[in-house]
Amino acid sequence: MTDELLSDRIKSVIETEPVALFMKGTPQFVMCGNSERALQALRSAGAPVTAVDILPDPGIRQALSELSGWPTIPQVFIGGELVGGADIVQELAATGELAEKLEGSLGDDYREDAQERVVSVLVPA
Amino acid sequence: MTGELEAILREAFPEASEVHVTDRTGGGDHFLIEVTSPRFDGLSLLEQHRLVNDALAAPFASGRIHEMRIKTKGTA
Repeated sequence: MTDELLSDRIKSVIETEPVALFMKGTPQFVMCGNSERALQALRSAGAPVTAVDILPDPGIRQALSELSGWPTIPQVFIGGELVGGADIVQELAATGELAEKLEGSLGDDYREDAQERVVSVLVPA
Repeated sequence: MTGELEAILREAFPEASEVHVTDRTGGGDHFLIEVTSPRFDGLSLLEQHRLVNDALAAPFASGRIHEMRIKTKGTA
């Protein structure tokens, strides 16, 4: 797969998913403590989470960081905008700002039917 | 390594009232970075962390840092 195609697919996830979490592992099998912290923070705010595992191909992380300008994993996007990594999301969850951000972006009733899902950027959507 | 990172941060944030780097695991590659600076006043957390990430881009790119936890504070 070309870098450009990978980059396009990552961009598409960021732009179309209400909440995108790029992480090491999946919500069912988290492979890093920082990804776990970000996931738990999103769960505590009742967010619908679309997770992308960056581990299957080193190109995913590279393309993602080029797009976002953010060096580390995890990365959380809400409504297409980078919110930050584990430290930021955890802090925003603790102050209630994460829920406010989710309401602002997804609407007041975002908690209803909030689901977690995993998507791959290595195969066509 | 903690001393090296602190020196880089002090140079990048000469106005900071606090620069502290902790080796979280003792292994020399997991760090807690704490910076308190008036430069963070009025900036979002994302912007604050970006400034710290930018300051530490070189050591991070070298692969010697496995994990950075960042805690930033303004002084206002």
